[in-house]
Order: sequence, then C-alpha cells, then structure tokens
Amino acid sequence: MDDLIADFVAECREMLEALGGEIVAWEAEPGDRARLDSIFRFVHTVKGNCGFFEFPRLEALSHAAEDALADVRAGRRQPDGALVSAVLGIIDRIGEMVAAIEAGEEMPVGDDSALIEALAPGAEGAAAPVVMAAGDAATRASAAPRTIRLSVELLDRVMSTVSDMVLARNELARRLRESDTDVPVGGAFERLSSIIAEMRDAITRTRMQRIENLFVGLPRMVRDLSAELGKQVLVDIEGGDVELDREMIEMIRDPLTHIIRNAVDHGIEKPADRLKAGKREIGVLAVAARQSGNQILIDIHDDGRGIDGKKLVEKAAANGVIDKEQAAQLSQREQLALIFEAGLSTAKEVTAISGRGVGMDVVRSNVERIGGIVEVDSKLGEGTRMTLRVPLTLTIIPALSVSIGSQHFAIPRSAIEEILRANGESVTLEHLGGAGVATIRGRRVPEISLADVLGLDSEVEARDRTLIVLRPAGGDVYALSVDRIHDHEELVVKPAAPAVMATGLYAGTTLADDGSPILLFDPAGVAEVGGVRLETLERTARIAEGATAAESRATPVLLFRGLDGGRRALRLAVVDRIEEVPATSIKTAAGQLRVQVGEAILPLAGATADQISTDKVRLFRLNDGRNELGYAFAEVVDFATVDRDVIHADSPGEISGVSLINDEPAELIDAHWLFANHVGAAARQSEPLVCRMAGDDPWMQNMLRPMVEAAGYRVIGDRSEEAADLVIVSQGANPPEPAEGRTIWLRAEPEAAGKKDDSIYRYDRAGLLIALKSAGRGK
Amino acid sequence: MNELLLVVTIAGERVALPAAAVESVVELDTLIPVPRAAPHVAGLSALRSRVLTVIDCMRSLELGYTDYADGIHEAAVVELDGHHYALIVDLVEDVIEALSDPAPVRAAMEPGWERVAQGMVETENGPLLLVDVASLVAGAEAKVAA
Repeated sequence: MDDLIADFVAECREMLEALGGEIVAWEAEPGDRARLDSIFRFVHTVKGNCGFFEFPRLEALSHAAEDALADVRAGRRQPDGALVSAVLGIIDRIGEMVAAIEAGEEMPVGDDSALIEALAPGAEGAAAPVVMAAGDAATRASAAPRTIRLSVELLDRVMSTVSDMVLARNELARRLRESDTDVPVGGAFERLSSIIAEMRDAITRTRMQRIENLFVGLPRMVRDLSAELGKQVLVDIEGGDVELDREMIEMIRDPLTHIIRNAVDHGIEKPADRLKAGKREIGVLAVAARQSGNQILIDIHDDGRGIDGKKLVEKAAANGVIDKEQAAQLSQREQLALIFEAGLSTAKEVTAISGRGVGMDVVRSNVERIGGIVEVDSKLGEGTRMTLRVPLTLTIIPALSVSIGSQHFAIPRSAIEEILRANGESVTLEHLGGAGVATIRGRRVPEISLADVLGLDSEVEARDRTLIVLRPAGGDVYALSVDRIHDHEELVVKPAAPAVMATGLYAGTTLADDGSPILLFDPAGVAEVGGVRLETLERTARIAEGATAAESRATPVLLFRGLDGGRRALRLAVVDRIEEVPATSIKTAAGQLRVQVGEAILPLAGATADQISTDKVRLFRLNDGRNELGYAFAEVVDFATVDRDVIHADSPGEISGVSLINDEPAELIDAHWLFANHVGAAARQSEPLVCRMAGDDPWMQNMLRPMVEAAGYRVIGDRSEEAADLVIVSQGANPPEPAEGRTIWLRAEPEAAGKKDDSIYRYDRAGLLIALKSAGRGK
Repeated sequence: MNELLLVVTIAGERVALPAAAVESVVELDTLIPVPRAAPHVAGLSALRSRVLTVIDCMRSLELGYTDYADGIHEAAVVELDGHHYALIVDLVEDVIEALSDPAPVRAAMEPGWERVAQGMVETENGPLLLVDVASLVAGAEAKVAA
C-alpha cells in the first residue's frame, strides 16, 4: 500500500509540474480546449486514485473541480476568471495535500468548502488563498525523496555499456587463455568477471518487473469499488509471473485501472439485475496476462451487460464525433471502437467512479504511445473483453538454445512442455503421407523437423534427434525435432528487422554471451510455417485444460474470518456466491441449523445457534453441483492461493488442514466433509437406514453409536421389534435370530483370527466406515 | 548541393550513398544466417551490443550475390526505423561532396538499379548514381509485393 501511495504521490507531483505551465496558459486564455482537457485529466486522475486510497478531502476537491470542468467541456458553462481562479485554488490545495501525504504528515488543516463553493457559477473571491497555498506547497516539496526517477534512456545506455563490457571481458578471457599468465592475474580476472556478471544482472533487473506488481492492487480496488456500488465481483487473476519492462508496467497501470473501473462500474450489473438476466449474482472479472510472440497480452474480461454498439453510435452522432452517414456504415467492431473516442460515455449517470467519457480515450492514447493496441470485443448482455497488446521490447525471456548443424537458435522456455529423445522408449516416430506423427506415451502429436522448416541440412539422423514438445500460447502442442539442445539462458530479446520478422518464424533477436546474434523462435510461427494446423476447437479445449492445470499447482481460495474469529480459507471453486440474510431466517430445524435463502432451505455450517447474534448474517453459498449449503462467516479477508504445504488435520472434520496463506496460518475448510455431513445427512434423513446394536454394550452405545449415526443410520436397541438394515455385533456375542440385513462383526483384537474371519477390528475406523457405507448401498 | 556522399562499389559499379544516413563503416567477420528470410538478407551480425541485419546489396539489386565464405566484408551501417542494417558492398572508397541535386537519369538502367536509384549527382569525380538506402534494405521482393 505504501508503495502505491508513493507512486500516486510521484505521479501527482509529475503531473503538477507538467501542469504548471498549462495552468498559466489557461488563465490567459480560458477558452483553450487542449489546456482545459489536460487540467481535466489531472483532476480526474486524482479523483480516481483518491477514491482508491481513501483521501476523502482530496476526492471531494477533485470531484468538485471535475464537475465544474465537465460543465465547461460540455459547453454548459463559459470559463471565466472566477472559475479559473477557483480551479487553480483547488489544484494548489491538491498539491499541498499531496506534499503532506508524501512527507507523512497530517493533512494541512483547513476547510475546503470555501474552495469548492468558489467553483459555483457567480462565486467570487477565491483568488486570495491561491497565492498562500502555492507558496506553502513549494516549501513542502523540497523534502528529500527516498527514491529517484531515472530516465529509461539512461538505463538503456548503462545496459548497453554493460553488454559491451561483457564482450570486452570475453575477449580478455580469450587473450588470457592464449598467453601464459600467472595465478594472481587469473584470480583478479575471475573477480572482475564475477563482478561484471553481477552488475549485468542487476542492471537487467532494474528494467524488468513482474506484472504481478501491477496486478497486486487489483483485487482490493475491485472489492472496494464493488462494495461502494453494491455489486459482487470475483476477480480472477492469471499470469502474474509475466515479466515486463518497468516503464511498460507504468504505462499500462492507468489504462488498466481505467478499464477495470469501467468494467466494475458499467459492465457488471447489480446482483438483482444479474439474477433477472439469468446470471449468477457474482460477476466475474478475469484479468490475464500472457506472452504471445513478441507481445504481452493483457485480457480484461467481465461477464456484465456488455456494450451497446447502437447506443454508442447514436451518442457519437449526437456529439458530432461522426456524421450520420458514417454512422450507418459502421461495422459492429467499429461501433464498439467508438468508446475510445473522446467525450463519449454510455453510462446514464455520472458517478464518482467513471462515466465522464474521459477514461477510454486516455486509455487508448496511453497504450498507443508505447506502441500497443487496445481491442474491445463485447456481446450485449454477455460481457466485454478488452485486450491490451503491448510490445515486448527489452523483455527478458528464459530460453533454451538448440542447434541445427552449426547454427544456434533459441526457443522461449515458456512454450516448452517437455524434452524427449526421439529414440527414447516413450516415443515412436511415424510418417503418414510425409507428415510426421510422434506418439508420446500414447498421445499423438504432430512432429516437424526444425531442419526442414528452416531448409537447413541436418547432420543428425532423424532418430538421434531431440524432440521438444512445444505448446505455443493459445495453441495445441506439437513436437519439434532439433539436432541438439544446449543451454538454458536468460536472453534480452530485441525486435528484429522487418525483413527478418516477415518470415513469421522469429520473435526477435538477441545476443549470446559470446556476443554473437541468436534468433529467437516464435513457437506459433514455427508451427504455422511447418504446416502444423493448430485447430481452433483444440485451442479452446487447450485453454480450459491449461486453467485447471494451473489451479492444481496453486489452489485459489477465499480467505475469510469465521463467526468465531478464526482465519479460514475455502476453495474458490465451491463458492457459488455470497448472500446476506436476516438472522431470523436461520433456524434450528430437523436436527441442524438451516437457513432460508429465497425459496430454498439450505443446511447452514460454520455457525452454531448462539453465534448468530447480529441482525444480518453473511454466508457463502456452496455448491457441489447437486446440493447446496450455506456457510456463515464474519468477513471476507482476501482472495489468495494456497501454494505452501498443507499440514493435514489428524482427524477428519470441518478443517482439513492448516497452511500459511499470505504468511499467516489459516485453516482450510474441507468442503467434502461439509457436504458429506450436512447434505449427506439431510439427504438420508427422509428414509434413514436402521442399525441394530446391543443396547447394553456401553462401548457400542458411547463409542460406536455416534459414528454410526453420523453415517446416516438410525440406531435401535437389540430388543426393538423393528426390522434393521444392518446389525453390528461384537465377536463372541450371540447374533440376533434370524439374521436380518447385513451383519458387521467387530473384534477386539487388531489381528484377524484366520482367513475366514471377515470381522472388523473395532478401532479400524476406515474399515468400519466402508462397511457402513456398503451396507447402506445394499439397500 | 553540399551533401556528403559515401562512394562505394556495388557489383563493380561506383555509386553514392547519402553519408548522413551512414553511421559507420565496419568490417564484418561473423555472419549468422537467417533461414527462410528474403534472399537479400545475408544474416545477422553484432556490432558492439547491437544486432545488425546484414543486407547483401548485390542480391538486393538482383545482380548476383556476395560470396560470404571468403572472410571479411566491408559494410556501411545505417539505421532505419530503429533497426540497424549493415549493407555489404564490394568496396568503400571515399567521402566526397555532392556538387548538384540528384537529377533523373534519362537513359534506361538495369531493373535493379532503376528501383534503388534516387538520381544522378555530379561530383568532382564525375556523375555518380545516388542510391536510396531504404530501397536497398527492402530488397527485390518488396517491389513485387507493392
């Protein structure tokens, strides 16, 4: 959070500095539209960020200024000297507050209402505080910052110098090897060498960041936003480990934030509207980053109401963005693309979050400035997908170097699924009509030879080659045979010249450690040139499969606090939605706590009757596909993943184990147990199986009976006349006559007496449960 | 007028490149081929920590091709749209001053030269053909496609 605030402060400071000249120019010429727009964007950005960071005063100020400026932009109001002064007063106050936040001080005391009132048409006398505030802000700004901002050009220069240094070192190493040098020189060179390597590493890292840094704030932002708007939104984030140039990350931070705010505000409907539309109450906002060729793709997908292309066209025509004739000729895609035009917004009402039509044009201009593209795709009523494509310049890619003949190439490691020997036991190679098919452990995979694709001569027999199973982004697997594989390396990839890219084979070029250029393959391009068809149908199947595979490594969970205050986690997949019910709808009925939700009565877990103290109770609605149950909780803490070891509980129960989640222990709820105990019991309740056991055996009555009952049986004594489905008898006791249903024999000794002895040791819990279950099935 | 020209020999013919476009003249020793690329792309080479895309000018002009096997080649390094190219030439001669603006050559040239020629410039050594660097880099295929 502190980092984010520091970023916010730095951003505000930069914008304020840049704005300094604009403000003066605007004052001289209030009708200047470009100046007005840039000032408007500043207050809009401040407003957006403040809402997130909870600086209510800043937000009120910026919102007020934005309102006034929006009126001017819309032509509802003429800018005059008083308005300019009032806006300037507010901008200075914002600067003052930002300086205070930066210094970690209390907000400067004072009432902002005078400033805000001065914005009203016809107000006067806001000029005086401007001068004072400006002076104040200037003195505060001199506080020494903890970080400095460097220009990327400088970093680039340092980086290229370091690369040259590595080459010079290699040269020196070769000379040293050729000449007879004494040990001290060799030692000194080794040291120099390792320092250079370290430096290179550090310099490289300065520019790279995991995109996670950008994603980490999203769940919180979405949660706050959706709470404010009375919506329920689940955020699903994927691909946080994609690395991206630091500057790229900074450049896409704002566009991404805008898109997500829009998605939550305009895309995802209120729970009631969603139900009416036949959707689940919880909207899903999926944010996924992946690398594709020499681009990074960030997908933001919501399952909300979608964008109405026709409305956009009407609005655009009304605002004069396009003329009527143009409007009639727009394709669906072009209609949607209108949302990137300045001054357009389909939102009916302007909210504190978005809807002034300032967001999307800023989004597009920011993304295009870094050579990226924003695409929008939307189906009315089904949702919207925004895709940011940004270039991958200077991105570090872990790669595997391979060779054909004497030439080396690199393959991005992210696409490599496995590496096999062509003559290995698990692989058979066949040729069908000239097309290669590799059968790898029973799976048929198209096989192409890199030598053939490249038109190079291979010195290695087909069966002695190495197969690399590749999975291009969004594509199906294929096997690529290469002569030899070499090292894993981290490569700094640069875009190749157009003539090289035109082959469709390469994602870029890079320099190996010895300074010679290496071509990096684009696995999808190689497949295409090699004639491998990557079926669209298979692609979708592939993506779904990929998603589950990812889940199995790190299980996404919902972290929450139970009614008893315990920190618990529940697998996200079983949580259907979150409900809030009045406490009166929770009752103990038919032996357990139940909750009425709408017209359904669900078993309620996670609470005891005396824990229901508040008026309203929030609960998770869990779904196993057939049955539902409620799980009461106090508050949701976060979405998280379980990637650490789970310490399993000794005995089965509601808690299946404990693991560290976000560095604090949390109990994992065993959803299976919940359903088995609440729904399972409930399902059988209508027609419980009957179990007969000796009523005078204290062990059976005290120890065994609860377990048998938990398994869904109704227990009767041996003197009861009722027919029983199951009889449990201790070995040695007389079986009841006649033997009805099934009989379970229990013995007191762990070891069975003989082969014919099919009795169960009485503390063999698993064995007993199996016997109880199979007896139940027999009915 | 007073534009500086780099005089080079391509396919036995003395031509001029605008010196302002040329960053440096280098001798290439290693050349990494780019399989499947257009024929005039001779390969990649490295100049300090930059990757150079090496263009075989003879091939680009469809006047034969350079034999890379015989070691070192002279090349002029140019930058185009952020990418660096090395243009392999037979020989780099000298930098001289142009004495006139390029004027059209009115006689018919060979097709390769026709495509890359910007015109004829007068120098103190007589008229020289001024060659457009971008057309050399684009090669013969670009013309066909366009």
